[in-house]
Amino acid sequence: MELTLWTYEGPPHVGAMRIASSMKDIHYVLHAPQGDTYADLLFTMIERRGQRPPVTYTTFQARDLGGDTAELVKKNIKEAVERFKPKTLLVGESCTAELIQDQPGALAKGMGFDMPIVNLELPAYSKKENWGASETFYQLTRTLLKEKVSSSEKISPLRWKELGRRPKVNILGPSLLGFRCRDDVIEIQRILSEQGIDTNVVAPLGASPDDIERLIDAEINICLYQEIAETSCEWLKRNFGMEYTNTIPIGIKNTIEFINEVHAKLDLPLTNKEELENKSKLPWYSKSVDSNYLTGKRVFIFGDGTHAIAAAKIAKEELGFEVVGLGTYSREMARQVRATAKDLNVEALITNNYLEVEDAMKKVAPELVLGTQMERHSAKRLGIPCSVISTPMHVQDVPARYSPQMGWEGANVIFDDWVHPLMMGLEEHLIDMFKHDFEFVDGHQSHLGHTATNTNDILNSDEKKEKNIKEGIIWTESGRAELTKVPFFVRGKVKTNTEKYAILRGIPEISDETLYDAKAYFS
Amino acid sequence: MKILMSKVEFNKETGPREVFCGLTSIVWLHRRMPDAFFLVVGSRTCAHLIQSAAGVMIFAEPRFGTAILEEKDLAGLADAHEELDRVVNDLIARRPEIKTLFLVGSCPSEVIKLDLATVAEKLNKRFFGQVRFVNYSGSGIETTFTQGEDGALKALIPLMESSNEDKLLLVGTLANNVEDRFKKIFRNLGISNIESFPPRQSTELPKIGKNTKVLLTQPYLSDTVRDLKHRGCEIISAPFPLGIEGSTEWFLAAAKAFKINELKVHKIISPLIDRAKLALESHKEILKGKRLFLLPESQLEISLARFLHNECEMDLIEVGTPYLNKDLMKEEINLLPDNTKIVEGQHVEKQLDRVRESNPDLVVCGMGLANPLEAEGISTKWSIEMVFSPIHGIDQAADLAGLFSKPLKRNQILTSKTLVTH
Repeated sequence: MELTLWTYEGPPHVGAMRIASSMKDIHYVLHAPQGDTYADLLFTMIERRGQRPPVTYTTFQARDLGGDTAELVKKNIKEAVERFKPKTLLVGESCTAELIQDQPGALAKGMGFDMPIVNLELPAYSKKENWGASETFYQLTRTLLKEKVSSSEKISPLRWKELGRRPKVNILGPSLLGFRCRDDVIEIQRILSEQGIDTNVVAPLGASPDDIERLIDAEINICLYQEIAETSCEWLKRNFGMEYTNTIPIGIKNTIEFINEVHAKLDLPLTNKEELENKSKLPWYSKSVDSNYLTGKRVFIFGDGTHAIAAAKIAKEELGFEVVGLGTYSREMARQVRATAKDLNVEALITNNYLEVEDAMKKVAPELVLGTQMERHSAKRLGIPCSVISTPMHVQDVPARYSPQMGWEGANVIFDDWVHPLMMGLEEHLIDMFKHDFEFVDGHQSHLGHTATNTNDILNSDEKKEKNIKEGIIWTESGRAELTKVPFFVRGKVKTNTEKYAILRGIPEISDETLYDAKAYFS
Repeated sequence: MKILMSKVEFNKETGPREVFCGLTSIVWLHRRMPDAFFLVVGSRTCAHLIQSAAGVMIFAEPRFGTAILEEKDLAGLADAHEELDRVVNDLIARRPEIKTLFLVGSCPSEVIKLDLATVAEKLNKRFFGQVRFVNYSGSGIETTFTQGEDGALKALIPLMESSNEDKLLLVGTLANNVEDRFKKIFRNLGISNIESFPPRQSTELPKIGKNTKVLLTQPYLSDTVRDLKHRGCEIISAPFPLGIEGSTEWFLAAAKAFKINELKVHKIISPLIDRAKLALESHKEILKGKRLFLLPESQLEISLARFLHNECEMDLIEVGTPYLNKDLMKEEINLLPDNTKIVEGQHVEKQLDRVRESNPDLVVCGMGLANPLEAEGISTKWSIEMVFSPIHGIDQAADLAGLFSKPLKRNQILTSKTLVTH
């Protein structure tokens, strides 16, 4: 048993939902009690999706447990298939259903449907969300392509030459609730297309089961997020001979390295090597003199494996920071993160406990934190600037504007996102320097003048008091007490309105009731 | 009061649902009792659910957590008990200020029949005088959303001492400022001994007995009511204090139970009513004649439907509720207009078919459904806001109406062309 106050990753079936929701023409029947439907809000609220996740929850209750929950599963499968007419059906269970062992996948397969059915067995008591997403994508790929395994020859990365067309690649791994996946895909497709490489399929994001069957029309696979796609890439390599890339194109050096890797695999000559250095503003911005102050900034990094490793490389090699801490919650990528940490002479922190991360952060006293939304909170408590580089997703991580992490534009975004919080830090420093000047007495002052916001200031300021006495208005104890309960940011307005009301009505004493009367009057 | 339920159409529906489980109520219960900790014994799903529903409440170390069951805990029950012991010890060492620790059962802990009552009993002995342990189930196989509070309150009743003092007991979590207002009004009415359950401190549980008159502030407390009755408490039958009408009837029912003259009640609350009506006007203008569909989630739906129809003149298409206790709700149902369609339970797909067919102006629903319905052009109000906002009482009637008028108003702003640009 593990005491958890907050968790970086959800359960594995949420990972399966990420795959199902990313795709078209798929439906997921999840054997689960009603409360598990909370996961829909991750997609509809955080990702602001205008569609419900394609998931049917069997909604078994305590009273069903004595009876036939298997029948309930079959009923829900039948209804879901009739209503949603998916091309492929995913069937699985959440933590509680795993305990009652109805084997919904086997039940579904016995129901005589002619569509492919993927039986998802995702151990809820040992595995987590990213593993569940990876396993689901792998099982889906395997189910849809296994019949073609024996019949097809190994795919040569050079096949495009024989076929007399541009090389084709698949982009694998982007999914909903993945960090900036939506924009990374656009950026990577743009880069590949500039190099004369066509995208065959992007999956799971936006793909249908038909697209998965078409994966083998490409020469190689781009493994864009190892957490989600590596298992599938490995299976495609083993069974179809498809090579896949290992470089994650985050940062200038890795993007160039990625382009080199793709060209090498496809045996495609790289003709615009010199141009590549100038595709992003990051190298020049980093070199320009006003970036001198970035030198040796102590940075603490924590996130998923992919983004944490990439961040460490950019921080050290492209921005000239000093990496003083590196860690991940992705146990599946612990080995790679440890290796990177070793190169940087720091000890890797592999944990799912955010308090351990906060503690480690506190110990190394960084000047910048690159982490998840949770590290943003921890850093705020410690007064350290922070930029978010990784899932778990927050509504702020799905910005309206184009803001990839990968490729050239990704590097631009990263420069701005990491450096701007430090600028804020510089401002703090200036404020600290000038704090003894009279303008700074009593905290930050607005250029609008010394507008007090706390209740006593409001009630006691001489000017106001004088005016009130002039109008003959007194705040009673109950009135004052009620005013303190009003949120501070509207307190001033409430006070003004109440006094205005009291003057209007000739009320000499403002009680709590007057506050409410005034509220009603002005509403 | 005569039971006139025949005029309302009751339906039951089963099938896939789209609702929160009882664990979600921890989000407001832990804020109500700052000296209590809620430890869910469950899975990663439970932990993920609460943090997702609580959303922003990760800014500080929260007073709720999950003892996540792992494979080795499922192997043998003895292990699980020992493990839970260890987790509790760690927790108490870290949070010595905790006075009451709720052990909250979940779907998996119920299915493996983890006996939290026995665990709590043992822990109570060991930590006697330091921390009290209480257990209840917030599992989704037994409870929906607000029913978690019902379970938590029911679990506290055995800890409440007996007393034959005359008192008014307000039962159900209220926002603190609303509670203060209510108490002030009751004192003005002449009821001096008023307590709340749950209290603001978990250790300050009210004493109860045969002279305790219980006035419910929330409609979802069936089990708590039953146990309070067993302890001799008198339950005052009333509608719930949502809106002017519900709150007025609620005050009147309490006054009647305390033999206070009805005229006195009217005298004290009529100025409140007048200003509330004034405040309600602008919202009513927007809501009047608009057609409303309520999906089931909080059990507040029937009271909300009554308020939105009777006071805001909305038309009711369908009133969903996850669970219907006709006895507790009879005063509310009597106030509903004729032919109101109440649906208990849910088949979310069929219900959404009905939503689309009836083309409502506003749908009250959970967060999982709100944006998809908005994308189809249907305005929504998410129901979780009702349990987090101070909406009870006469003074809050306009704020309550505002929760529903705002989406419509916003829709109007965004779809109308008021600025001519060249």
